[in-house]
Amino acid sequence: MIISSGVLARRTVKRRIPGFTIRWQSTTGVEPPPAGGHLPSVATSQYLRLTREAAFRTPGLSWADEDGSSPARNIVGGRETRKMNTYQAVRDAMSVAMMKDDTAVVFGEDVAFGGVFRCTMGLAEEFGRERVFNTPLTEQGIAGFAIGLASMGQTAIAEIQFSDYIFPAFDQIVNEAAKFRYRSGGQFNVGKLTIRTPTMAVGHGALYHSQSPEGFFMGASGLKIVIPRSPIQAKGLLLSSIRDPNPVIFMEPKILYRSAVEQVPIDDYELPIGRAETLTAGSDLTVLTWGTPVYHCEAALHMLADPPSSLERLIPPSLRSAKIELIDLRTILPWDVDTVTESVSRTGRLVIVHEASQTAGVGAEIAAEVQKRCFLKLHAPVKRVTGWDVPVGCQYEKFIIPDSLRILDGIMESLNY
Amino acid sequence: MASLARIRPRVPRRIPFVRAIQTSADTTQLQEHPSDHSKPFTVKLHEDSYRSYLCDTPSFEVEVKKDELMSMYKDMQTMRRMEMAADALYKAKLIRGFCHLAIGQEAVAVGLEYGITPKDRVITAYRCHPFAVMRGGTIKGVIAELLGRQAGMSHGKGGSMHIFTPSFFGGNGIVGAQVPVGAGIAFAQKYLGNNTATFALYGDGASNQGQVFEAFNMAKLWNLPAVFVCENNKYGMGTSAERSSSNTEYFTRGDKIPGLQVNGMDIIATRNAVQYARKWVTEGNGPLLMEFVTYRYGGHSMSDPGTTYRTREEVQRMRSTQDPIRGLQRYIEEWGLASEQELKQLDKNAKAEVDEAVEEAKQSPEPLLKDLWTDIYYKGTEPPFMRGREKDEVHYY
Repeated sequence: MIISSGVLARRTVKRRIPGFTIRWQSTTGVEPPPAGGHLPSVATSQYLRLTREAAFRTPGLSWADEDGSSPARNIVGGRETRKMNTYQAVRDAMSVAMMKDDTAVVFGEDVAFGGVFRCTMGLAEEFGRERVFNTPLTEQGIAGFAIGLASMGQTAIAEIQFSDYIFPAFDQIVNEAAKFRYRSGGQFNVGKLTIRTPTMAVGHGALYHSQSPEGFFMGASGLKIVIPRSPIQAKGLLLSSIRDPNPVIFMEPKILYRSAVEQVPIDDYELPIGRAETLTAGSDLTVLTWGTPVYHCEAALHMLADPPSSLERLIPPSLRSAKIELIDLRTILPWDVDTVTESVSRTGRLVIVHEASQTAGVGAEIAAEVQKRCFLKLHAPVKRVTGWDVPVGCQYEKFIIPDSLRILDGIMESLNY
Repeated sequence: MASLARIRPRVPRRIPFVRAIQTSADTTQLQEHPSDHSKPFTVKLHEDSYRSYLCDTPSFEVEVKKDELMSMYKDMQTMRRMEMAADALYKAKLIRGFCHLAIGQEAVAVGLEYGITPKDRVITAYRCHPFAVMRGGTIKGVIAELLGRQAGMSHGKGGSMHIFTPSFFGGNGIVGAQVPVGAGIAFAQKYLGNNTATFALYGDGASNQGQVFEAFNMAKLWNLPAVFVCENNKYGMGTSAERSSSNTEYFTRGDKIPGLQVNGMDIIATRNAVQYARKWVTEGNGPLLMEFVTYRYGGHSMSDPGTTYRTREEVQRMRSTQDPIRGLQRYIEEWGLASEQELKQLDKNAKAEVDEAVEEAKQSPEPLLKDLWTDIYYKGTEPPFMRGREKDEVHYY
């Protein structure tokens, strides 16, 4: 059930032959385009905040280390950031949480030595093996154990190694965690429970390492589901999730663990749960997504505005000036209806992008609610660009999850309707 | 299938002979005649009251006190009356939904309470009503919960299997799910250095759930102060233990976890075993498995007559020869602790107490409509709205 963390490591292998330097022989004197084209990728995304100043301007950021009795301030003087990727930001969040809360414990399969994605690296050394410990391979047991721990008022941060393995724990999460407060008439709760789990496709994860199971939990009122898109978001949202008085499933897009890098404030801060974030404002169409596809959507928006030569003939010039609004939903349950419907009421068009398959996915719920609330404002049916309704095969994973081209196609279809 | 049934040999499954635990309720012998009723005196349990696995049995010589025995008698009688009241209310169609009664198993719930402290924690699944009362709840609270009224212990939002007190983590509708939760509770106790124990109860049916074994493993691995208590009433719903479990000696199922099988019909034996178990786990010996061999007189639930998978004679025989309340009654009378008259008065008091609680529970109103929307999320962190059946029923927080 464990894949080596090295699989995800980006490694540049250089072949050297003694005495020779193999060089690409140019015949035209022009550098070839990079394999992915000149489009933004995760590495070059404008949504990633690469400077200290930009990091502090993150919308909704609130410092959690200020004196609670004084009015909220936003003084950033003296505060610092550090360059982190997503797994380092996740680790930083847990470290902050454990430092401030003596009852916080972190456990899961292999977390004591760092976890398969290195999210808990060094935590056991920092806080001791009593607070950061390995569990057996028992997902249902981990969830049940965490629920019992949280019901005693302790902060339980459990890790399910891959979100694909969350299904054995489905009963505990849906029947116990989500309903604990309700069925005890408010006497007991597991609000201090947070289940972290890596989610979404990685490119070669195949059937049991690339699924996006957030949709299965949509009906479990009492739960919250949070999916961050970047290191700053991951740290702030994870700290909010740990401190939220409801059980939260925190799903971390695994491809972004290493690829998304930002300057992350090193202090204790939180980002709001239950609120979407508008990344790009627009007036002609709303694209709603979360997690990894945020970056595919960004690339699609660029392709539409400035198509590469190979696509030029397919994209009518009239569409290129369309102003597209991109929203990162961030909290999947309960989702931010107000932000989404406000946006769609202005733009009249909605394209929902998610990696999970289409049938009864999260997009279905959002589409139904939006068409009800914005029916008279819609210029086109709500479009869903999602993974196909098939298991995620190993070989053609790239074609199963929605990529920039499919998103672009969906946007054009909606604009042309 | 019919032809298959014909091929199947008509020989009953042979169960290898082992010296079986006996479940009589009246075999405890007086050691010395108590002269002073205020002082504890010693009694001797039947030598087959316990069987152990990887550990010693508790002592067969037990110290008891008159007050305690009388109090146990009163509690068991009250619990039975309460369950009988629930039975009547269900048949009068005042209680709806699911209702599982523990008539016949009183020595487990009451004996457990007398062997532990208020700081210990208990979690169970079905048949949770007596535990809820013994752990600090009220009869009115339980009956009102079954009736779905505001005075219910979960304000009418839980129902039969969902009754909680500060030291009782509830019944549970999912069979087996409470066992790993109990392991987590025990871990918190250990982490907080409380030196208290968690008793996680489940039935012989639930003992075959995978997550029960997951919890065993974690508890032994981390030496948690957890006692896993199997209430073996011999039938998991409508299937007898022999037909559902390859190993019906539930106290031996913990692999490296020691186990103790207990006569669950003699309350002196159960209380003594619970004290032993509590001591075992709080002294840092790691978890312990406990099996109470007991019997339920009624069906699994109210819709089960309880006679399709066992004979009426079997139920009748258990009722007449091994009833825990009658057993204790006999001890009290034979040992000269109280007269039949005094015990009858206790019976009457129990009935009156339950009747009064039922009347009070009936007076309690049904939950307010607005409470349909509370306790889902922590107050102030709810989503903007929750859906009702129709547009005008959508609830905005």
